[in-house]
Amino acid sequence: MKVLLNAKQIDSILNKLTNRIVADIPEGVEIAVIGIRSRGEIVAQRLAKRLSEKIGSDIPCGTLDITLYRDDLNSPKSGSQPRVRTTEIRFNIDDKIIILVDDVLHTGRSARAAMDALIDLGRPKAIRLAVLVDRAGREFPIQADYAGYKAVAKPEQLVQVLLKESDNKEQVIVE
Amino acid sequence: MVNKAKKLMGDELLIKNGRVIDPANKINRKCDVLIADEKFVEVGRVKKSVANVIDATGKLVVPGLIDIHVHFREPGDEEEETIASGSAAAVAGGFTSVVCMPNTTPPIEDETDVEYVHRKARKARKTHVYTMGSITKGREGVELAEMGFMSQAGAVGFTDDGSGVQDASVMLRALKYAQMFNVVIAQHCQDDKIAGKGVMNSGYYSTILGLPGLDPLAEEAMLWRDIQLVKKIKAGTVRYHAQHISTAGSVELIRAAKKLGLPVTCEVTPHHLLLTEKCCAEYDTNYKVNPPLRTEKDIEALKEAIADGLVDALVTDHAPHLQSEKELEFLAAPFGLIGLECALPLYIKSLVEPGILDWPGLIRLMAEKPAKIIGVDKGTMSKGKQADVTIIDPNAEYKIDVNTFRSKSKNCPYNSWTVKGRVEKTIVGGEIRFSAESCPP
Amino acid sequence: MAEKGKTKEFKWQRKHLLGLRELTAEEITYILDTAQGFEEISARAVKKAPPLRGKLVVNLFFEDSTRTRNSFALAANRLSADVVEFTKKDSSVSKGETLLDTARNLEAMGIDIVVIRHNAGGAPTLLSKYINACVVNAGDGYCEHPTQGLLDVFTIRKRKGSLKGLKIAIVGDISHSRVARSDMWAMTKLGAEVTFVGPPTLMPPKVEQLPVKISYSLDDVIEKVDVINMLRIQFERLGGNPFPSVREYSHYFGLTVERMKRAKPDILVMHPGPINRGLEIESEVADGKNSVILQQVTNGVTVRMAVLFLVNQAAAEKQAEAQNG
Repeated sequence: MKVLLNAKQIDSILNKLTNRIVADIPEGVEIAVIGIRSRGEIVAQRLAKRLSEKIGSDIPCGTLDITLYRDDLNSPKSGSQPRVRTTEIRFNIDDKIIILVDDVLHTGRSARAAMDALIDLGRPKAIRLAVLVDRAGREFPIQADYAGYKAVAKPEQLVQVLLKESDNKEQVIVE
Repeated sequence: MVNKAKKLMGDELLIKNGRVIDPANKINRKCDVLIADEKFVEVGRVKKSVANVIDATGKLVVPGLIDIHVHFREPGDEEEETIASGSAAAVAGGFTSVVCMPNTTPPIEDETDVEYVHRKARKARKTHVYTMGSITKGREGVELAEMGFMSQAGAVGFTDDGSGVQDASVMLRALKYAQMFNVVIAQHCQDDKIAGKGVMNSGYYSTILGLPGLDPLAEEAMLWRDIQLVKKIKAGTVRYHAQHISTAGSVELIRAAKKLGLPVTCEVTPHHLLLTEKCCAEYDTNYKVNPPLRTEKDIEALKEAIADGLVDALVTDHAPHLQSEKELEFLAAPFGLIGLECALPLYIKSLVEPGILDWPGLIRLMAEKPAKIIGVDKGTMSKGKQADVTIIDPNAEYKIDVNTFRSKSKNCPYNSWTVKGRVEKTIVGGEIRFSAESCPP
Repeated sequence: MAEKGKTKEFKWQRKHLLGLRELTAEEITYILDTAQGFEEISARAVKKAPPLRGKLVVNLFFEDSTRTRNSFALAANRLSADVVEFTKKDSSVSKGETLLDTARNLEAMGIDIVVIRHNAGGAPTLLSKYINACVVNAGDGYCEHPTQGLLDVFTIRKRKGSLKGLKIAIVGDISHSRVARSDMWAMTKLGAEVTFVGPPTLMPPKVEQLPVKISYSLDDVIEKVDVINMLRIQFERLGGNPFPSVREYSHYFGLTVERMKRAKPDILVMHPGPINRGLEIESEVADGKNSVILQQVTNGVTVRMAVLFLVNQAAAEKQAEAQNG
């Protein structure tokens, strides 16, 4: 097990992401942040807070559960069973730039599922993918618009983001 | 499966060294049985040398077993069972005589119907097949059927089995009329109004399984009524027989009737001694039977009744049905299960092993007393009587396998049960009509 | 995207939903939690999600019921499944095809889930033993109506937070009610106290052995309960005149405005539908502020989505296990 990022580094990355997102917002366009369960929503909430502070107005934040849009539901592999959780997006996503947030971008399947889910919810002006950690191993042609940290890991290794809200520690590890 | 009846050389047969149990003659010891010309000649130490000998060492030798309640579906439902297949099943189960119920299609209601059954049975040449006739025309419970002609033709009793006679006045008339013929009137006690659409015992399980219940009261109400009717008919030769009683309440009614000295007898099946309503919990239709499987308390009461000598016959109520018929939802499937080919070990399991009956007691209820109920001169090994004998290995342990049954139908809940007690040979009128060694276990 | 730390991993493993009697409280809660995740699908613009895409659901209804049938069809459609309706007036035996034959024929055409309603208790159990597809019980005789039981407790949980310690009355023809039985299992397993209310002639055999209280008087019970579920009196099912008249039944067991005055102010009024207005419940009560009858209908679609999703998932997992040997 190797620690890739510690708490301080995570904090710094979030700040960098915030700045880059803000820099890209065109004049007069609303943005909203939506995090992919689970852990993506924690990162999303933190980003939304920083974005709100930087921009000076409340940026809406929602949580997306993508279980129903996964492509492996009907051909499950052994291991844990996917649980359906709630999607909580209490605002209209039409005509907004949606910052879609996840903790790790790996195969790209979760992001694909998230985009399908969002399109069933409305018609955003744009979707921009922001991730804390980007690692190689794409199975779909998906790229992050904003990647915090590029992790190097062998295919059989697992890159995990641990956050204090859910795991009582702040680290990004590989094992 | 080959089961040729062997015509013996010189018509003499000696069964040696078995434990002979003939309760009517108070015999229960190791000795020999000599048969000649289809009849019993001697029971005791036989020194004579005879060509045909059966070595019955370690086995029980008893009067041929008699089942006075079976359903062979001929005429009308021959795919389920014929008199031929049923008789083959009977001898394999150790039965030398059976009594068919008349609820065939059409029902047995005149002398030609009775003769038909006898003819088919003779052709099959396995077990003696007697038949009851229906009490009412068409078993509809309204008009009396021709009991006179049927008796003359050899019917051993009358019943509308499958149903009970609902109208008290009709039943009274039947009992009065039957006094002319010295026959037994048997009743499937079921008040249809109380029974409703019941398909299993009315109780906790019928409630949680969402099935209409058959209340014990339906059986007990009619039994009580019939006993009052029997009381009312003074003297006469009518005999009343309560078929397949299943509840503690029925036991009490029989006890009271016998105490009054009324000519009332009764019978019990193996499933009512071994299975309860809980067996229906998976909706397995092999447990759907009428009267239905009841509770532990009812089983206890029936066993007590047997121990007290209140029960007069053990019967199977062998009721064959096709797999396709039983493969229906519980509500729609027909009632009944087969039992001829596993009855003996089941009675051993439920009565002999727990010590409720000893072997003479069992044979009394499977041969001697049933014969008396239907008024045939059988069930004993008395000199000069027709030589019907069943040879039993009381210690053979095996698993019941319905696929070896000779019955055309296989609706049996006892498949794979481990049991003790096997029929070795069944001899009818001095002829070996079933032999276990020619059929692998 | 790993799950948060759990004590022991719960897995939904049933590919059939035949009844609630055999379910644990944990399983029932899991269905309710899953259903929560489906709620927003029915509320948003595109009322569809893809998890059952390409799957075929058959509504095998041997008893008339437009409501339940539509509810299941809607639930299946919202999960992108295809639905085939198969209504048969008469079940089996003399009319030709047996239940099993019908099911086997359907299976030969390639179906994934059978939703069955039948007048014989145990019919779904029979199917589950002989066919490969998932079997969901939509009502079998008077045995169970599991999705109704589930949507009932889902509705209560939504409004009251939890069923623990709640007092619930179920009023009507208990002896012939599969809703009463399914409700009883679900509610008692989740910690509620259930009372069956009705005339003695409409109580099932050995009712005293069930985990419920019994009362022959609605007036005795109305003040004490937090939830009241009025069952429909089904004339078509009642044989043999268990009570002398509709008028007398209403008088003693109808939920009237008058009785509601004596009830708790936050009592929930429920009914599985369709309502016999003026018979078991007065119109003003059915339409009143305590009534959650319409929410029950909405929640019915949600709960059925969760059930279809879960049985399909279990079936897919079993199949994957079988293939990987």
